[in-house]
Amino acid sequence: MKYTKRLDGRKFDELRPMKAEVGVVKNAVGSARFQIGKTVAIAAVYGPKDLFPKFLQKPQNALLRCYYNMMAFSGSGERVRPGANRRSKEISMVIEKAFEPVLDLSEFPKAVVDVYIELIQTDAGTRCAGICAASLALADAGFDMKDLVCAVSCGLVGDQVVVDLDKTEEDFEGGAVDIPIAMLPRTGEITLLQLDGEISKDDLKKAIEAGKEACQKIYEIQKAALRAKYAQEVVA
Amino acid sequence: MSKLIVEERQVVIPGDVLAEGMDFLPGKGAFREGDNIISSRLGISNISGRILNVNPLAGRYVPRRDDVVIGYIKDMSYSSWFVDVGYAYEASLSMKDATADFIERGSSLSDYFAIGEIILTRISNVTKEGNIDLTMKAPGLRKLHSGKIIEITASKIPRVVGKQGSMISLIKDKTGCSIFAGQNGRIWIKGASPEAEKLATDAIQLINDKAHTSGLTEKVGVFLEKHTLEMQK
Repeated sequence: MKYTKRLDGRKFDELRPMKAEVGVVKNAVGSARFQIGKTVAIAAVYGPKDLFPKFLQKPQNALLRCYYNMMAFSGSGERVRPGANRRSKEISMVIEKAFEPVLDLSEFPKAVVDVYIELIQTDAGTRCAGICAASLALADAGFDMKDLVCAVSCGLVGDQVVVDLDKTEEDFEGGAVDIPIAMLPRTGEITLLQLDGEISKDDLKKAIEAGKEACQKIYEIQKAALRAKYAQEVVA
Repeated sequence: MSKLIVEERQVVIPGDVLAEGMDFLPGKGAFREGDNIISSRLGISNISGRILNVNPLAGRYVPRRDDVVIGYIKDMSYSSWFVDVGYAYEASLSMKDATADFIERGSSLSDYFAIGEIILTRISNVTKEGNIDLTMKAPGLRKLHSGKIIEITASKIPRVVGKQGSMISLIKDKTGCSIFAGQNGRIWIKGASPEAEKLATDAIQLINDKAHTSGLTEKVGVFLEKHTLEMQK
């Protein structure tokens, strides 16, 4: 089915309005909020701290543990059952993997770093918003990182390649393909790539390229948010 | 053809390119990738000759030898105590470093330090594996009674203390509190009244919020002056 105009009037390569803020949870070691359109994620980092049970400890590294959670009231009116479920466990795991190449925790063998990601409001693209927020929170917590991680969803709505699908587009009756992608903005390396739907090879390539470009825009927002918190401490 | 991209004392974030070319070397908080030197943490750039460092602005305390810190007794064994000093691992205070007293076999260690008590202690050794040894054998080290403890970012403690202790003695003078700032970001405050403790806390919070601005001592001086007058009214 043809998809000629986006439902919310955006251009095909246009992201929803974004907002980022660092240091929103005062008791956490590092924290951030990342908002894209109507999707809002808050991430808080705690640790490094002792890890039990002991068999989980890694002798040369700290363990990164992510907890992705959608709040009960976050969705489109349907109540989300609280607590972990199959979907949230999988997303937590892929988020952990998305940070593996950048985060250096070798200074803290046998310890654990916990990252809690709460979605207070959702309109598709939650894991991406979660990764963006977690990346800021980890930097805010002062961990050694090779780069920030930026994430966005891209894909196909009808027959059109778009970036940053919202919920109405994901549910488009002509069919939609959702591809969450996380990238290191400096090198362009991809640390998360999932695909839900059917897509041709050419369209997939186009979608990933569009996603990479969108990630660079997200990177600018992330950089500005981190600088905004710390610049005021430094400049007189 | 090397080019410096950051200036001295600039806020950098992980992934920022600090310099291009082989004439510079990565120091603390930086690494080399191809021709570029990249920051690996959030901090302030520091250029010392050819070496580019990033001094942390955020993050937890990293223990160093001879740091005097405030610790919480968490656990004990037959001959030592385990102390939380705000690091990823608990530090250990062994019996021989804890007291000069002769401790008879089988006597209770909690007569000296009980779980939950707070001590001012010194780090005597840090090993690569993250084992931290503590000692109580230095002047001024003791158990802390009453007063209150606040926590700030450990990297800002030098600002709270000031040059030759100028800042902390200013706060002590104006509020009449006894204050001890541990290197791990914990600060113990004990004053004659809750109001005095509150004022000292606020002053320290002010330093925490504006840690890297210039003329900080004057700002804190003005702040304390204003509020001590209010207190006397």
